[in-house]
Amino acid sequence: MSAPQQSVLFDAPGPKARRRILIINILGVLALIGLLVYLVIGLKGAGELAPAKWNVFLKGSSWESYILPGLYKTLQAAAISIVTSLLFGFIFGMGRLSHTKVINWASTVVVEFFRAVPVLLMMLFLWIMLANSGIVNAQDSPFYAVVIGLTLYNGSVIAELIRSGVHGLPKGQREAGIAIGLTRSQSLRLIEIPQALTAMLPALISQFIVILKDSALGYIINFNELLFNAKLLGTGNSNMLQALVIAAAIFIILNFALSKLASYVSSRLSSRSAD
Amino acid sequence: MRKNRFGAFAAMAAVAALTLTACGGSDAGGGASSDGDKVRIGIKFDQPGLGFKDGDKYTGFDVDVARYVANELGYDEGKIEFVSAPSANRETLLETKQVDMIFATYTINDARKERVAFAGPYFIAGQDLLVRADDTAITGKDSLDGKKLCSVTGSTSAENVKKDVPGVNLVEQQGYADCLGLLESGSIDAITTDDIILAGLAATTANKGKFKVVGAPFSEEPYGVGLNKENNKCEAINTAIKKMIDSGEWKKALDKNTEGTGYKPSDLNPPTKFESCS
Amino acid sequence: MEGYLSLWDEYGARIMESFWANLQLTFWAFIACAVLGTILAIMRISPIPSLRAFGTAYVNIFRNTPLTIIIAFGVFVLFGVFKLQLSEDFQFNFFLIAIIGLTIYHASFFCEAIRSGVNTVPLGQAEAARAIGLGFLPAARMVILPQAFRGAIVPMGNVLIALIKNTTVAVAGSVAEISGLMKTMIELRADQGILIFLTVAMMFVVIVVPIGLLITSLSKKLAVAR
Repeated sequence: MSAPQQSVLFDAPGPKARRRILIINILGVLALIGLLVYLVIGLKGAGELAPAKWNVFLKGSSWESYILPGLYKTLQAAAISIVTSLLFGFIFGMGRLSHTKVINWASTVVVEFFRAVPVLLMMLFLWIMLANSGIVNAQDSPFYAVVIGLTLYNGSVIAELIRSGVHGLPKGQREAGIAIGLTRSQSLRLIEIPQALTAMLPALISQFIVILKDSALGYIINFNELLFNAKLLGTGNSNMLQALVIAAAIFIILNFALSKLASYVSSRLSSRSAD
Repeated sequence: MRKNRFGAFAAMAAVAALTLTACGGSDAGGGASSDGDKVRIGIKFDQPGLGFKDGDKYTGFDVDVARYVANELGYDEGKIEFVSAPSANRETLLETKQVDMIFATYTINDARKERVAFAGPYFIAGQDLLVRADDTAITGKDSLDGKKLCSVTGSTSAENVKKDVPGVNLVEQQGYADCLGLLESGSIDAITTDDIILAGLAATTANKGKFKVVGAPFSEEPYGVGLNKENNKCEAINTAIKKMIDSGEWKKALDKNTEGTGYKPSDLNPPTKFESCS
Repeated sequence: MEGYLSLWDEYGARIMESFWANLQLTFWAFIACAVLGTILAIMRISPIPSLRAFGTAYVNIFRNTPLTIIIAFGVFVLFGVFKLQLSEDFQFNFFLIAIIGLTIYHASFFCEAIRSGVNTVPLGQAEAARAIGLGFLPAARMVILPQAFRGAIVPMGNVLIALIKNTTVAVAGSVAEISGLMKTMIELRADQGILIFLTVAMMFVVIVVPIGLLITSLSKKLAVAR
């Protein structure tokens, strides 16, 4: 898919152009090396590359009592949020496709509202109010606030994905469903949404990346996830830069893997579908 | 094939519902506070030196006073259950009787008295400054002009300092631990909140010897024991606090929890005037 | 209701001030991320392998890092460790650091938005540009990018909307913006918590929903007729 796109803008270069590209390429490599050297020298000068600042991450105890428990919380919150978002998105996606005016209208309001409000606002609000009302234990409220906040936002996005996915289907699918005696909602549930889900799988996986990333907002409401624990470690050992770099690296690896999965799935799907 | 995938989706949704209910189950049992002869005491879990949860142990000055008072009321160690009481939730915890008493840096004031009752105070705190141990330039509120200060977003201390010291440079962080890191690296000059909270932060093993409390409080924060309005223990709690002060246990607890920070409580301590328990 | 109105008396000015900070963050960060994102996009579609690699690496790194970490990095590392002070004015310093963080993060999304726009430009356009003797940069500037921008209105608009909402994360960077104020207000006036949240939430709805509609109509109006 990316191969034809690369060649849109330039021809297969001739000998002269090849030479010019080579020269600019070498300059580019030099500039990048320069940037890298500049960073390394700067960091070294500030003492940030000293082994003492990084050795902390070679110790098992740092992983056992900070990074891994934090990562576990991050993954737990993300995994639960993914499932509940799907559930929320499915229900409100159905709602938006409903022909009953009230349901349709109510679902639209809910979905549009939660898509427009920053997740962090919801988390801050839920964090304080959940504990305040005594619905959950005060020490658990950051966790619930993160999961519910992520669910409301990402569930709404998924509802919208489902709606547009179903709208993108050929009309014949529904007509065929009704022709074999299904009701409208049966046809929606059994024929249209399963197909829409397949088509939107890559977009869905991208949304999971958003969930995983946004779980780090939990740090602001004292949820002891990966970033929160990495910062504790960084404060304790005065190596904040290193701690944040490690936390970022873990997130990047996880998300990169997920996005690779998304493009793999999408290439599988596009090579499979006949139409 | 397609139907299968949809089945899997439904199964996932079902798992979600299960997980949710499973999680929901663990926080049941709020409400009933006087079940059996236990006492539920609300403390801070994250305030070293005052109320701190360390594994399954609880430490700090608030905790020590709470234990003493509970003992005097006839609850021995095994009958005490500590519950987390973050600042924003304290009134609600008392009103809904999820806790019997709160010892959590709980300043007595009129707004709060509309919703809850107070016994005590057991300590008179004041907003103060924490600086690096070798800093002699900052001696109190008046020497803050142009200095860099750190406090927690939304805290009363941050709001006060914004009003009272217009020339100050304020960094707002999510917690005092974040402020400590910045203070240690020299990016900021002082942290502000109640003096005893600062002393507690400075007294932790990791920070020992690095910071000192300036000792020039510029507000008065009487820490009381939060109670439900229908309580009948107020008098007894006051008596217990007086006994703790007179016996020297109060001083011992205070010294133990602020050891090594050079912190001396203001002259208003130990408290002599108590709530009237109407 | 009375309690709610008294809240406006007490905090009204600060609510407006704080929300204005969010809008300012949005404005400056969007301009900066559009510039940086366009440069990255040109790198990614250029014939120079090293620049392509740099663009790809940038996008993959910053698109996959939580914004919260980038903002925390600004405060705890740029300010905390390297004592970076971009302005004499302390508050303004954090404002600038937050703009840098928001720019670095959203530039990767802006770059991808442009690239998706480039994908909408038919091959014939580039071939025609080459046929009349344009090199890579002139072709990109005069033929490809103008069409790519028009084809990328929706994804670019989505970056803008995400940016407006993400300015709330600047609270972690010590910027006096609306989510920090909302937290303060709810903590001090828990009895009005729901109304406080709805008020602030509606401020975003009022900004974000019309922008969404505008983007949709703009994308239809500017769609390249083919």
